[in-house]
Amino acid sequence: MKMKEELIIAGFGGQGVLSMGKILAYSGLMQDKEVTWMPSYGPEQRGGTANVTVIISDDRISSPILNEFDTAIILNQQSLDKFEKSVKPGGTLIFDPYGITKAPTRKDINIYRVDAMNTSIEMNAPKSFNMIILGGLLKIRPVVEIENVLLGLKKSLPERHHHLIPMNEAAIKKGMEIIEKI
Amino acid sequence: MKNEEVRMTTKDIIKPENLVYQKPEIMNDVPMHYCPGCSHGVVHKLVAEVIEEMGMQDKTVGIAPVGCAVFAYNYLDIDWEEAAHGRAPALATAVKRLRPDRLVFTYQGDGDLAAIGTAETVHACNRGESIAIIFINNGIYGMTGGQMAPTTLEGMKTATCPYGRDVKLNGYPLKITNILKELEGTRYITRQSVHTAAAVRKAKKAIRKAFENSMEDKGTSVVEIVSTCASGWKLDPVQANEWMEKNMFPAYPLGDLKNVE
Amino acid sequence: MFTFPLVYSFTYYSFTKIKKIMNEEIKLMKGNEAIAHAAIRCGCDGYFGYPITPQSEVLETLALEKPWETTGMVVLQAESEVAAINMVYGGAGTGKKVMTSSSSPGISLKQEGISYLAGSELPSLIVNIVRGGPGLGTIQPSQADYFQTVKGGGHGDYRLIALAPASVQEMADFVGLGFDLAFKYNNPVMILSDGIIGQMMEKVVLPPFRPRMTEEEITEKCPWAAVGKPAGRKRNVITSLELDASLMEQNNHRFQKKYRLIEENEVRYEEIECEDAEYLLIAFGSSARICQKSVEIARSHGIKLGLLRPITLWPFPSKIINRYADKVKAMLSVELNAGQMVEDVRLAVNGKVKVEHYGRLGGIVFTPDEIVGAVEKMRNEE
Repeated sequence: MKMKEELIIAGFGGQGVLSMGKILAYSGLMQDKEVTWMPSYGPEQRGGTANVTVIISDDRISSPILNEFDTAIILNQQSLDKFEKSVKPGGTLIFDPYGITKAPTRKDINIYRVDAMNTSIEMNAPKSFNMIILGGLLKIRPVVEIENVLLGLKKSLPERHHHLIPMNEAAIKKGMEIIEKI
Repeated sequence: MKNEEVRMTTKDIIKPENLVYQKPEIMNDVPMHYCPGCSHGVVHKLVAEVIEEMGMQDKTVGIAPVGCAVFAYNYLDIDWEEAAHGRAPALATAVKRLRPDRLVFTYQGDGDLAAIGTAETVHACNRGESIAIIFINNGIYGMTGGQMAPTTLEGMKTATCPYGRDVKLNGYPLKITNILKELEGTRYITRQSVHTAAAVRKAKKAIRKAFENSMEDKGTSVVEIVSTCASGWKLDPVQANEWMEKNMFPAYPLGDLKNVE
Repeated sequence: MFTFPLVYSFTYYSFTKIKKIMNEEIKLMKGNEAIAHAAIRCGCDGYFGYPITPQSEVLETLALEKPWETTGMVVLQAESEVAAINMVYGGAGTGKKVMTSSSSPGISLKQEGISYLAGSELPSLIVNIVRGGPGLGTIQPSQADYFQTVKGGGHGDYRLIALAPASVQEMADFVGLGFDLAFKYNNPVMILSDGIIGQMMEKVVLPPFRPRMTEEEITEKCPWAAVGKPAGRKRNVITSLELDASLMEQNNHRFQKKYRLIEENEVRYEEIECEDAEYLLIAFGSSARICQKSVEIARSHGIKLGLLRPITLWPFPSKIINRYADKVKAMLSVELNAGQMVEDVRLAVNGKVKVEHYGRLGGIVFTPDEIVGAVEKMRNEE
């Protein structure tokens, strides 16, 4: 069956929202899929809210602007307020409880929690936060294969940063372990 | 009988060995639209002579302005681009960047260069584009009928300052070349005139130097020619020259402002 | 570990590295970046620009790629949009393949130069990554510069060939196409896009490298170019000035003849699900992408909806739209503006069928659902 995943990642600028989307899009490219990466652009990227729509598909992609999503990855309360209602019925919402004061309430979607921020601090690697989230996503929605994510990372990072890849891989695996259904 | 022997006929006069002056071949044989007493014609001739003497006709791109010299392209037999008002240095920048082996010069008046085109002039000079800028400063807009220019002198009457330029209302005469000389990209900034034979010779030397700088990629050269506008000033040609010496030269003193060897 | 600062490294390194890992030419990049890469590859001689959101990546990418070290392409950040377009004028006047890019307020500043380019019949490429206006407006996407692009913009009776890309791939492809058309007709060409296509990353196959034109080719293709007058040819003068009104009228008639030829030869459009359509969306660029999804949704609800996407906004695909006027019940012109292209659709249809407009303004982008809602409303009103 032909696949298509319409996904939004939303949080604060600086949380790695756009880069996580980029890694996903890039991994999709490695897997010979059609991909579209559509950021919210402008000054709000620096500190305000930021979001990015990523579409990975076997077929030609139509609209980069969507009113509903198969999956929403939510990293702050404002984004939860804005995008919880935009998940398709039967779709997936993944959130990090760090900074979420009012948990999602919808009953017709699958809600998952990844305690990524706290875990990354425990791992003494706070900057691998977005890779933990990504790991969680890939466990629930294996839209791209982890090999392709790692390949993408390896091929795209400058040589001098290659020693960081095992840490990223560990973070992805950790995310896969700790994601839990609500 | 003896007298008749030395008298020259027309035939004798046009013999090449008797030639004392010749119009440069680059000057087209067409009547100019410039008014009697205007400096443009002389400066055109100097530009033509220098191009010819440098043997650069096939390598020269001139940029014409908007103003009285808008039709410069009718008078000099070289390739031209006619710029929008004030934009000549932007055109020249691109021509020189894309064709570094060409001799590229702009020919601009004071309104074109120092009012509407100030940004283009300052930034081309600041980038040190290897172009030559011929700047005709007569303190007035000639083509549109004698309105105030940025270089109009204090108290000088024009159609748009009929009671004389009031600096409280219109600001001060803009000594733009004094500003340009401060820019690190400029190589040679000089102020000349063409009101006497000696001045014409000096102005020609200045143009030659500016053109050579362009060819040697030495940065921007600006040759300001303090000029007359007899019609705009409402004077006859002789009076205009006298008025220029008396009023323009003190405000715009002649000489080199900058010459980096 | 993957660190945040590497977000930036990732962006930049991805271009060079993808080249090596993927099938040579397939890359993932933003529309604005694709414009820059395509320019280098299609033998562009010079780019003159000025930063403005949301198109600054064009100049940034060119600066990063340093094409002056490889193809010899000149890249220059001008002091203003006015200077940049006049640099394009200067360069184009010497027969070189030159371009600029900007966004709406900057394009307004360029209109003087664009009019001169049209009046002097100089081939050149201008990219407008439109943002919402009027005035300083917003940096968010808009299609409110449609009128400015296809009805004039600058002064005088002239036309720009206007191309509206709807994907990153077309952003790349239309650079080469734009230059080809510009040199075919000695006319400025505009790529009209917006922040959606400009900022979005997609897969793109970059065009193969074309060498820059040689001096011999320029002499052959552009005998009018001001390059220095050799002995034996008349001087070349690039100008739009002609004070003799009877001669200026002749010039204008020459332009108009050329424009009719372009209308005859260069209309481009795409038909999506049009064969059996009862209702037809007309949309270009980013709106057309969104409308594609609306067509999918509508058809899943049993509404026979089609999409006709003008690719050239001028010349406008009037003939094909007129043909569909005999087949469909109504048309909806979907635009990120208050209703501009709809006027051309109505002229094309000439009263044969109802034509309505649906738009969002000032940088707000409609969703596919909203458009389906507008179609349903139009159906119910019948």
